[in-house]
Amino acid sequence: MNLTGKKIKLHDNALRDGMHSVSHQFSIDDMVRMAMALDEAGMPLIEVTHGDGLGGSSVNYGFGRHTNREYLEAVVPKMKNAKISALLLPGLGTVNDLAMAVDCGISTIRIATHCTEADVSEQHIKKAREYGLDTVGFLMMAHMTPPEALLEQARKMVDYGANCIYATDSAGYLLPDDVTARIGLLRSEFSDDIEIGFHGHHNLAMGIANSLAAIEAGASRIDGSVAGFGAGAGNTPLEVMVAVCNRMGIITGVDVDKIMDVAEDIALPLMPTPTRIDRDSLTLGYAGVYSSFLLHAKRAEKNHGVPAREILMELGRMGAVGGQEDMIEDVALEIKKKSA
Amino acid sequence: MAINCAMIGSGNIGTDLMAKLLRSANLNPVWMVGIDEDSDGLLKAREAGLKTTHEGVDGLIPHIEEDNIQIAFDATSAYVHGENNRKLQEKGVLVIDLTPAAIGPFCVPPVNLKEHVGAQEMNVNMVTCGGQATIPMVAAVSRVQAVEYGEIVATVASKSAGPGTRKNIDEFTQTTARAVEEIGGATKGKAIIILNPAEPPLMMRDTVHCLTKTTPDQEAITKSVHDMLAEVNKYVPGYRLKNGPIFDGNRVSIFLEVEGLGDYLPKYAGNLDIMTAAATRTAEMFAEEIENGTLKLKKLA
Repeated sequence: MNLTGKKIKLHDNALRDGMHSVSHQFSIDDMVRMAMALDEAGMPLIEVTHGDGLGGSSVNYGFGRHTNREYLEAVVPKMKNAKISALLLPGLGTVNDLAMAVDCGISTIRIATHCTEADVSEQHIKKAREYGLDTVGFLMMAHMTPPEALLEQARKMVDYGANCIYATDSAGYLLPDDVTARIGLLRSEFSDDIEIGFHGHHNLAMGIANSLAAIEAGASRIDGSVAGFGAGAGNTPLEVMVAVCNRMGIITGVDVDKIMDVAEDIALPLMPTPTRIDRDSLTLGYAGVYSSFLLHAKRAEKNHGVPAREILMELGRMGAVGGQEDMIEDVALEIKKKSA
Repeated sequence: MAINCAMIGSGNIGTDLMAKLLRSANLNPVWMVGIDEDSDGLLKAREAGLKTTHEGVDGLIPHIEEDNIQIAFDATSAYVHGENNRKLQEKGVLVIDLTPAAIGPFCVPPVNLKEHVGAQEMNVNMVTCGGQATIPMVAAVSRVQAVEYGEIVATVASKSAGPGTRKNIDEFTQTTARAVEEIGGATKGKAIIILNPAEPPLMMRDTVHCLTKTTPDQEAITKSVHDMLAEVNKYVPGYRLKNGPIFDGNRVSIFLEVEGLGDYLPKYAGNLDIMTAAATRTAEMFAEEIENGTLKLKKLA
């Protein structure tokens, strides 16, 4: 694989996807500290919101320690070079939430839908373009639809006004060839002014390998998070990604020593439990289940005495999609009924 | 004598509604209004012997007097409801709004249908399918004790969510959340909608989370939930309590499943049924009022 001279933009998700790992409880101080250190390391784009994005604070996904406004207002003014992005899932967040985030000074918005449901993003993508934002269509659980169908959904988002399309491996299920097929098709069918991105999860330890496959197939934006701080077994660990990119001659603009230090000195001490591949997060990747179900399934195990792995396998069989956290407790209760 | 009705919108909801109205004793569906001559809904309406137009509400307006249309159901989209409503009310037609436009007062039959009796309203709003499925349960909790926060999660099969619903997704969440407060009785409301494309399509699922102000009275809430279930079952037989109520601190969670009658879309699309059944029940109540003279329709200029 020769990727020498390729330029990519890394996008850190620790302050958004990592919120899942702390049940959305980052303090303002920790968020600001980590964002400033990432900025200092040369990270060009940093996502800051509740794990489920704007409007995400809820019983179903967990209440945030602070509001999205409070987090964004604290972080945005502290950035020297880095730009701040926010996530919005239609059906949960609304254009009013988008207006709030714009008011706080975000530069990028990522409008996320299930990989077959892009047409719920029309209101939000159009509004984001009116605001002049860098507007990303974020197609989640991209393993659940073939590349051709993913392209069809991406076209809708581009028609609404998105200038970048992501294949999002929310379950950490994709293998490098699957990534190549999806990113390659998107890249070949859109003109150069549409960027293509990849968001990985490390549930099968494929974060780095999949990201390299994506770059080779034409992706120019790569998500990850420092120390892999994210849902499930985490995202593509960005300090590792930067080191690999340096070895391969891929240009990221991020300082490898500094980002290693952010991982070790700031991110790791904030993790309540280490972000790693345990039997439950491995099950996510194995069964193709939304990564942020992990802690909810562990909680259901504790409350109802049904193994998290069994709950996650059943959710995979049901074809549960992102956002269906309410089904975790329901599935646990159903399994309990059957075994009674 | 049945009251003559028109349906505006020949999509999933309008077509399902037609099947319900054809069975009603005191409502008589006469017109189906669409915008696409070849739409399945208009085809089905012609087959059922209804008059149809594909010129939108303007195609209906000239026929209102001659066909004595007194009630119209709007199942188009929140964006066009305001204009449809204005044109219909000029002709003195009572409008049942099945879009999330919510310019009229909310109606969730098992909770507040009786409040609309004698109120002389010319437009009532049916909230959303998710609202019809969940607000009765928020009310079932809040009539026992104060609910500080009510949150509903509605999951529907992708195939049962037409283009109107998709374009109106913000209106769905906002209107439902407002009705969780105003009709459900929660101090603060939140609504979440999820589309799931699984094949075969999944049954509509709804989850209701309530945070009570004080420790929940488990026995009283459980009884109230079962009583409400029986009320909803009177017009939606496939409305089922799957699990719960579960109590965890001040959280009360109720897991519901809604199976439809399979009138238009198959039985998985309980979201269509609960909406159209609620609208039919509401219109039947108004039809009785029109017949017995307690509701006099007036033209609004």
